[in-house]
Amino acid sequence: MQVTSAIREPLVTGGKTMHDITEDICKRVEEKPSMSWLIAFGFSVVLFIIGCLSLASTWWYGIGVWGLNKTVGWAWDITNFVWWVGIGHAGTLISAVLLLFRQKWRTSINRAAEAMTIFAVLCAGSFILMHMGRTWLAHWALPLPNTYGSLWVNFHSPLVWDVFAISTYLTVSTVFWYVGLIPDLATIRDRAKLTLEQNPLLATDTPAERAEKKKKRRPIAAFAYGILAFGWEGGSKVWARYEYVALILAGLSTPLVLSVHTIVSMDFATSVIPGWHTTIFPPYFVAGAIFSGFAMVLTLMLVTRVVYKLEDYITMEHIDLMNKIVMLTGSIVGVAYITEFFIAWYSGVEAESYAFINRAFGPYWWSYWAMMTCNVISPQLFWFKSIRRNLIWSFVLSIVVNVGMWFERFVIIVTSLHRDYIPSSWVYFRPTIYDVGDYVFSFGLFFVCFFLFAKYLPVINMAEVKTVLNSSDEQAKKLAEEKLKH
Amino acid sequence: MATHTSDKKKYLVGIYDHEETVVSAVKKVQNDGVKVDEVYSPHPIHHIDVYIGHPRTKIPIAAFMFGATGTTLAVTMIVFMMRIDWPMIIGGKNAFYPPTMVPVSFEGTVLIAALGMVATFLVSNLMGPGKQEFMFDRRTTDDKYALVVDLDKNTKSIEEIEAILEKHGASEKPRVVER
Repeated sequence: MQVTSAIREPLVTGGKTMHDITEDICKRVEEKPSMSWLIAFGFSVVLFIIGCLSLASTWWYGIGVWGLNKTVGWAWDITNFVWWVGIGHAGTLISAVLLLFRQKWRTSINRAAEAMTIFAVLCAGSFILMHMGRTWLAHWALPLPNTYGSLWVNFHSPLVWDVFAISTYLTVSTVFWYVGLIPDLATIRDRAKLTLEQNPLLATDTPAERAEKKKKRRPIAAFAYGILAFGWEGGSKVWARYEYVALILAGLSTPLVLSVHTIVSMDFATSVIPGWHTTIFPPYFVAGAIFSGFAMVLTLMLVTRVVYKLEDYITMEHIDLMNKIVMLTGSIVGVAYITEFFIAWYSGVEAESYAFINRAFGPYWWSYWAMMTCNVISPQLFWFKSIRRNLIWSFVLSIVVNVGMWFERFVIIVTSLHRDYIPSSWVYFRPTIYDVGDYVFSFGLFFVCFFLFAKYLPVINMAEVKTVLNSSDEQAKKLAEEKLKH
Repeated sequence: MATHTSDKKKYLVGIYDHEETVVSAVKKVQNDGVKVDEVYSPHPIHHIDVYIGHPRTKIPIAAFMFGATGTTLAVTMIVFMMRIDWPMIIGGKNAFYPPTMVPVSFEGTVLIAALGMVATFLVSNLMGPGKQEFMFDRRTTDDKYALVVDLDKNTKSIEEIEAILEKHGASEKPRVVER
């Protein structure tokens, strides 16, 4: 018996041509900002300003304004740092890992996911700088000669590994993203320059058409995107090099993305605090990072899809596939939660067992069960195809997952610290308005950056989508089906 | 009377509408004895550089060399700082303790490999911020493919080459462009 696998669903619908792709994506950049964009951007700016005021107070008065104390020395700042770094994992995963696995569906979402990665890592980095208290001394974390002649940084410490990991990740992700942008920036540049130049092929224009074209001249765009496009010409030799660069960057970024959250997890795992001192942390953190990252990509792409009318590029198939990854990584995270609970009991270490009992049934029980509900139970709904392909469900669950992932970090950090070995020093951590304000700052920063990106840069990788058009659009799928019938 | 001769080279540009047409045109045009200089396209076309006869890129070698440099620099830095310049024994671990060198050495490798490779890519293509491009046809970043023939490298006449490009699917009459 011969088994033939079903033809996969098209990745680009609506019978699009290559020119349609250029038009659909570029017109978002070329048009004046829409009212919905202005409102969303304005709201982000307000969040950013409120956050800046809070941040200024934090710097002015010191981190004593936070709810930290001698028992809970790490709380919201590190929770937010790990949360944002986790979110920053999906972009590189989509671009690098899915490229190595030759997953064509990544082409419609990789650009926005990579941008999200960069902005999320910036937000994460801002918490590291805040947490230092004296941010202006941040360079002390770098291996620079200093006045103590020279007392270098401690390379045995995971906190130093973090400095290298996060800065490398931010740099490589930015380079990866920008290299991918160059051909599309050249497309926008050429469209703008065509409004200035009289194309010899269009020499048959009537005077009325020429007058109309004159009105559409875009010299500023031609100049700005001309600089940003780095002189891209798109010859086969350049494309061949470009493809090698993309492939090798993907090969480098794949272990990099795994190393970053592994190292973040080692900030905790190499300590001797019950609840942190666990070898399961690296894989569990990496799975959690991909889980939350994909959830954030879903949140952003579902909104972008509707606002920019990109239904033909971000299809239900894309949403379905992303939801499957959320379900898979959510299940890995769920297994990790249960495993660490089991091992805490099985190890026979009293302090370790207590840390976990305290998580589930202690004063912070509500955060533990919020985490379990959001991260373990809710993604299981994605077993149902009708839910995976429902936009409202996908949107709500993507937010639920990110709420859950924030609680995961809060549970790990605060519940492990608030009851230490001396019961007289046990406390109940409560955030202050500055803890909340500094978190608002990161949202403001993230969304200001994301909305600027969504307006002024192409949100979909046009060159890559054009590459898959011949094999994965509706026409190609119909031809494949017909071939199968014969 | 002094005569001015243009330093610019002349190219014949054939425009194609489809990927398959331009790929087959590159092969057929060369079979007809015309040397193709370059093909410009809105997206990468696999192996077309091989059909044209471009040598294989050495970017992977550059990436490896930069990666090896990154590893060497990182390991040297850690050994110098932790062992030679100011030996530090922390938590009872030897100042030279290889497992703790792995993360920073790895990050150094990736960082230098990525930056070096991208710098090589930009330099080898003469690309950079603000670099002025030369486009044979600006529609090649949208939906057209341009097959470019260097007239100096071909012995056939312009008319003959034009006829060959059109015979193999050029959608517009080929144009002569000076560069």
